[in-house]
Amino acid sequence: MTATQDRPATEIGKDRRRKEDQRLITGRTRWTDNITLPGMLHMAMVRSPFAHATITSIDTEAAKASTNVVAVLSGKDFGDELGVCINAWPITPDQKTPGHSPMPADRVAFAGEIVAVVVARTAAEARDAAELVDVEYDELPAVVGIKKALTDEVLAHPDLGTNKSALWVFDSAEAGTGTDVEAAIATARTDGIVIERDYRQQRLIPAFMEPRSVVVDPTGEQITMWSATQIPHILRFALAATTGVPESKIRVIAPDVGGGFGGKLQATPEEWIAWAVARRLSRPVKYTETRSESLMAAHHGRDQVQTLTLAADKEGKVTALRVHLDADLGAYIALVGGGVPVLGAFMFNAIYKFPAYRFECQTVLTNTTFTDAYRGAGRPEATYAIERLMDELAAEVGVDPLEIRERNWIKHEEFPFTTVAGLEYDSGNYEAATALAKESFGYDALRAEQKERRDRGDRVQLGIGVSTFTEMCGLAPSRVLGSLDYGAGGWEHASVRMLATGKVEVVTGTSAHGQGHETAFSQIVADRLGVPFEDVEVLHGDTQVAHRGLDTYGSRSLVVGGEALVQAVDKVIDKARHLASHLLEASQDDLDYADGKFTVRGTDQGVAIQELATATFTGHNYPDDMELSIDAEATYDPVNFNYPHGTHLCAMEVDTETGAVKMRKYTCCDDIGNIINPLIVAGQVHGGLVQGIAQALWEEAVHDEAGTLVSGSFVDYLLPTAADTISFDVQHTQEPSVCTTNTLGTKGVGEAGTIASTPAVVNAVVDAVRHLGINDIQMPCTPERVWRAIEDSRAGGATETPPDAMPHFAEGEANQDSTDGAGQ
Amino acid sequence: MTKIQLTVDGASVSDDVEPRMLLVQYLREKLGKTGTVIGCDTSNCGACTVHLDGTSVKSCNVLAVQADGRTVTTIEGLADTAEGELHPVQESFRECHGLQCGFCTPGMIMQAVDLLGENPNPTEEEVRLGMEGNLCRCTGYHNIVKSVLHAAEGAKA
Repeated sequence: MTATQDRPATEIGKDRRRKEDQRLITGRTRWTDNITLPGMLHMAMVRSPFAHATITSIDTEAAKASTNVVAVLSGKDFGDELGVCINAWPITPDQKTPGHSPMPADRVAFAGEIVAVVVARTAAEARDAAELVDVEYDELPAVVGIKKALTDEVLAHPDLGTNKSALWVFDSAEAGTGTDVEAAIATARTDGIVIERDYRQQRLIPAFMEPRSVVVDPTGEQITMWSATQIPHILRFALAATTGVPESKIRVIAPDVGGGFGGKLQATPEEWIAWAVARRLSRPVKYTETRSESLMAAHHGRDQVQTLTLAADKEGKVTALRVHLDADLGAYIALVGGGVPVLGAFMFNAIYKFPAYRFECQTVLTNTTFTDAYRGAGRPEATYAIERLMDELAAEVGVDPLEIRERNWIKHEEFPFTTVAGLEYDSGNYEAATALAKESFGYDALRAEQKERRDRGDRVQLGIGVSTFTEMCGLAPSRVLGSLDYGAGGWEHASVRMLATGKVEVVTGTSAHGQGHETAFSQIVADRLGVPFEDVEVLHGDTQVAHRGLDTYGSRSLVVGGEALVQAVDKVIDKARHLASHLLEASQDDLDYADGKFTVRGTDQGVAIQELATATFTGHNYPDDMELSIDAEATYDPVNFNYPHGTHLCAMEVDTETGAVKMRKYTCCDDIGNIINPLIVAGQVHGGLVQGIAQALWEEAVHDEAGTLVSGSFVDYLLPTAADTISFDVQHTQEPSVCTTNTLGTKGVGEAGTIASTPAVVNAVVDAVRHLGINDIQMPCTPERVWRAIEDSRAGGATETPPDAMPHFAEGEANQDSTDGAGQ
Repeated sequence: MTKIQLTVDGASVSDDVEPRMLLVQYLREKLGKTGTVIGCDTSNCGACTVHLDGTSVKSCNVLAVQADGRTVTTIEGLADTAEGELHPVQESFRECHGLQCGFCTPGMIMQAVDLLGENPNPTEEEVRLGMEGNLCRCTGYHNIVKSVLHAAEGAKA
């Protein structure tokens, strides 16, 4: 137990290679689909091909007669024990919320909804028999697209009487955080600048690499569910709340989970059906979706129409921002559902000093796959809107996009700063991040090249895009969530177990699925407790091991879960001090703790934390007034969000004859406070960037007029490949603006890249062709759309986005819903 | 049912299989080689990549019966993990943080080994094109490309 001597001086800030990797690079993995239990049965789902239909009959006889089929069940075979899929965030008291059965017996509301389940001895036999289930439907008219839904001519759920679910409003004048928006806009119309734009956030699919999978074992005293989920604790609560099984009889395990990006932040119909079937048959069951099922029925993300008005004075100083969103929830209001656009409500004003702000969000129901969180959740939409608008304002004023931002942003000496949306930004330094990003990017040289190419009339034009983003993350202060009517808190829990041999077990309520918590949390404990990095074992993702937790999403694990861990470690040290004082026969006041050891000041006497752990195991010698343990746990509820920010710069080349776009360079300088592991942070940034870039250039989930998903496989839904992307220039400021509301000074980084990159890329594409009279190209900026924008402009027409590549949005003109050309 | 006999990760194995069974299903369901995973149903993602007679294939795109009499290497047979001795490409993915959730990683590593076998000294562009058939959602490919280039550098040293 002298290993403390071998410990590096400091773990935090070190680019430790990940503890997780050994098993992942050798194939010794425990994905849910790898789990096989004795007598386990396999399920296959029968899904509706119609977006909206009444189920008139289900004939299961042929399927039941198939070899090795054990059961074929539909919605009418179950009662309340099937439970319901919950919406945990009704955004207004009068929100219209359709009932959401995991397997409806009467009516389906989107294509891909489950109407029956086949249970067989093998997965292949279950799938074969699912083909034999004969379902009769009476097709109903389906509503697809936001604009059509708003007319209420066709209803997604006829019994609700409307497709409009909820209207959520924030107004700075009413809230007392700012002045009146309408007055400011009126002033700007006569004596300033008003920029009015409609932007489209296309529908996206999270597309985690591991398809969702669930195993339920009803044998034993507790019913155990393994699921490819981000949220084992929330699942356990929701199962108890909706299926009548006591929470104490439920164990949920998230084993190795292959990515989530918000897509596995859900209480899914598939999980609830597996739960009910296992209980009904008293046998373990497994369900693993195909990729096609995943794209069709796992929740989608984004899908908003943004109607925006920005007012400024003649010098480009912003005076007001008015935002109206229409957000497509799909067929049901999913777990967080309508809350996702509301998470953006506080971020449209971004880093700028708007005196007046109004935000409205109208959520609508359609007969499409339900939508929910996707990496960034609300904040990428807000950042896209404001960062696109700031470029438009710069063009209007005739100054560099960075100059217009600098005229409006919060200066570093003005922190803490209370924004017009009512948040207190604790720290930030936009000047420093921008200066470093500009230098690393070679901003001035690229601007010079851009001018040279323009002057020369080069066929390939260069565009430079800027995005100076911030976000609110680290979800979240529980009281704030309560004030927004969210159904849970935002705290996190951690415990530290000091084992007899001196090893340390750390239990966290966060649930990693690729983030590297085992490594980063080990570094935190190693430093704080003074034990070797290798001696720390991080346990997570099992509700019987980590009994308390709120899981992983919203860039919360380090900033909330890590802080809980710090507090638990501090309690261990406090308890150990009492024991050390007894064993060393010294006053607690005379003890120093450093490098994992208590020493008596002014002597060479000391005792290591590992020895104290052993002493609590033997129990041979300890003070009378001490409970025989130095283990500790802590629950941390953050007092504020945290506000990472950064400056992202993107150079795009646009071929003006073909519309082809090519990324030339991408530099970002993110200020995320203190960094625990720079290697992991860089990985988070790289991956986030590509997801944001993919929204700008490639990805779009498209439903046709009948509500059928036409981008329902990886052939049609364009995930970027290595050949589509470039290597990135990732920077951080030397002296970061540390978070002032947590001990570690850290800010979230999981979503930053995705939030920042989309507008940087689109700004760059538009910048490349702005001199041709173009001020917008709708996402994804496909070569065809870019080419059409250029052609239209040359023909003297408007710069509306062409309809072909975005069927359910454009009909003749931009920002109208249509499905013309879907799937072509 | 058709009887097949093949070598998988150095072991001789034989089973009766349905003619329609995919190689990846055979590996996972019959042999318990769950290190090889299934990420899609259209052979786009490459998560199931293994070596068939030393060449990378997407094992969802090969029938088990087509592997009869041949040699298959999976991520689990790439190195003697019991000894803790990793293949240089595995080591390189760890060194360069070329993985996050790790689901695509077995396929990525198997493809990278094949790529470097054919072209031991690739440019970044060649790595990007050579890895194009394998999808990753976590890393943005930056560190995957770096891992492959790092492995190539290591082989030269």
